[in-house]
Amino acid sequence: MRMSEEMADYVAGLAMLELDGEERREMAGELEKILDYMAALDSLDTAHAPPPGPVLPLKNVLRPDEPAPSLPREELLACASARDGEYFLTPRAVE
Amino acid sequence: MEFYNLTALELAAALKKGEVSVAQAVQAARARMEARREDNAFLTPLSPAPESIDLDASPLAGVPMAYKDNICTRGVPTTCASRMLEGFVPPYDAAAAEHLTAAGAVCMGKLNMDEFAMGSTSETSCRGPVRNPWDPQRSAGGSSGGAAAAVAGGQVWYAIGSDTGGSIRQPAAHCGVTGMKPTYGAVSRYGLVAYASSLDQIGPIARSAADCAAVLDILRGRDRRDSTSVELPGGPLLDALTGRVKGLSIALPEQYLEDGLEGGVAAAVREAADTFRALGARVETVSLPALDWAVSAYYILACAQASSNLARFDGVTCGRRAPEGRDLAQLCAASRTQGFGREVKRRLLLGTFVLSHGYYDAYYKKALQAAALIKDGLNRTLEEYDLILSPVAPTAAPRLGESLSSPLEMYLSDLYTVPANLAGLPAVSFPCGLDGEGMPVGVQLMGRALEDAAVLNAAHAFQLATPWHKMHPEGGKRP
Repeated sequence: MRMSEEMADYVAGLAMLELDGEERREMAGELEKILDYMAALDSLDTAHAPPPGPVLPLKNVLRPDEPAPSLPREELLACASARDGEYFLTPRAVE
Repeated sequence: MEFYNLTALELAAALKKGEVSVAQAVQAARARMEARREDNAFLTPLSPAPESIDLDASPLAGVPMAYKDNICTRGVPTTCASRMLEGFVPPYDAAAAEHLTAAGAVCMGKLNMDEFAMGSTSETSCRGPVRNPWDPQRSAGGSSGGAAAAVAGGQVWYAIGSDTGGSIRQPAAHCGVTGMKPTYGAVSRYGLVAYASSLDQIGPIARSAADCAAVLDILRGRDRRDSTSVELPGGPLLDALTGRVKGLSIALPEQYLEDGLEGGVAAAVREAADTFRALGARVETVSLPALDWAVSAYYILACAQASSNLARFDGVTCGRRAPEGRDLAQLCAASRTQGFGREVKRRLLLGTFVLSHGYYDAYYKKALQAAALIKDGLNRTLEEYDLILSPVAPTAAPRLGESLSSPLEMYLSDLYTVPANLAGLPAVSFPCGLDGEGMPVGVQLMGRALEDAAVLNAAHAFQLATPWHKMHPEGGKRP
C-alpha cells in the first residue's frame, strides 16, 4: 500500500491533526510499513468467518428510565480552559 | 521484616490483627516511593489520611495501592500521561475507584503509563519513561508500566491497570509480578478513559494470583453505566483458589514456541509447562493457525476505535487548549496537534485511514472477520482444553530506546497477549523464571469467558509450587 505524503495529509485532516513537512514524510513512511504488514490479512480466507459479535451474548441491555441528578454544572465547567458564565467558550463556529 | 516484602493479603491480615497500623503502612509506602523515585512510576503521588479507613470493609481494607492514570479519580488529576489532558481534574470517580474506596483502599496516587495507553514500553508518556526496578536501563513494559514497576519496587501492594492488548499482562511479566486481565465486561469501564472500547478491560497487578483474586473480587460486578458489564458467576474468587490443577488439560499453541521467541523465555515457558505436568495437569501442544493474524487484526481494530474515542479531545470541554484558533475547527486541530504525542498521532492516523472511504472493507471489515476467526479458534480449543498456556512477550524487558525506533517491531511484540482481548477471554500473567541476564520472565494462562476463577486458581497452584513470584528486584527471595 503506497502512502503518499498527500494521502497522509488528507488522513490527518480527517483526524483533526496537522502534520508539518518532516513529520508528514516520516509518518507516511511509517504508515506504509505498518499497512504493508497488515496486508498479510489478505491471505486469510474469511469466506466462512463467523459473524463478528460481542464476547458474551448480551442482547437489548436496557436500564430503567429513572431521572437522576446530573453532575453539577460548575464542576464540569471547571474542566474547561475557557468559559463564559454558564457556557463553554469557543471561537465562532458559524459564519 | 520490611513491610514491602508482604503480599497485599498478608499486610491486610496484619492490619486486621492490629500488628501494623494503616498509618505505618502508608508511611512504609511513602518511604518506598521516595527510595524508588528514579523509577518514575508515579505521575501524581498522594499523601492519604489513613484515619477514616474501616478495616472490616473488605479483605484488603487499609492496604496502600495506586491507579493507572487513565482511571478517573474525583479531585485528583487524570492525565493519561498526555499533554492533552494536563490540568484535567475529573469531577467523578470511575466505577473501579468507587468500589475500591468503599472497600477501604488507600490511594497513594496515579501511575505513569504510555500516553493514552498506546505503547508497549511506557516510553510514550509525556512525563518520561518508567524504569524497570530490575534494571534501570530497561523498560518496565507497557502500557501499565508505572503500575507494574510500583508493585515490583514495593511502593504499593497492588495497582489497578487497564489492558487493551496486553497492557496489564506484559508489564507484569517484565517486572516479575502478577497481572490479570479479566473477562471482557467483568469490571465496569465507567470512568476509564477509552482507548478501544471493545477490547479495554480494567484489572489488577499484584504480587500473587491470590492478591489479584482479592482485588478482582472488589472490582467486579455489573454496572448500569456500562452496558457491556456482566456479573461473574460464582462466589468470591478468593474462595475458589483451591491450589489444585490435577486432572486439568492445558493447551500449548505450537507456533508460540517457534521463531522469534528468545531462548531464555522459551526455556522458562517450557519449564512452566513441566511444572503444571508435575502438578498433575495434562499439557499438550495444539495448532491454532488463526493466531498468526492476531497482531494485524488487533492494531486495525484498536486504532480504528481509538480514532473515534479520542475525537472527544477538542480543546474545548477539558484538557489542553491551543492559544491560537481562528475558528472552532482550527482551534480543535491545533489543540490536538500540540496535545498528542507521536505514537498517539500515528495510531489516530492509522485508525482514521482504515475507516476511510475505499479502505474500510480491505482493512477494518477484514480485521473484524479475522478477529471472529481467532475468537472461534480459541473457543474451540477451550472446548477441548481447560486453559491455554503461552509466553507473555517474546523477550524479557527491552532496553529503553530500543522499541521507539521501530513502531512495527513494537506492535509485533504483542502477539501473545492480543488474542485474549480479541476474544474477550480472561488471562493472567505470572512470573515463571529469570532469563540469562537475570531479568524476570512471565508466562500466560488464558481461560474460558467468565471462568476467571479457573485461570487465577491455576496461577495460584503454580505459585504454591514455585518461588518466582517471591523474587524481589533488590535481591533474593521474599521470606
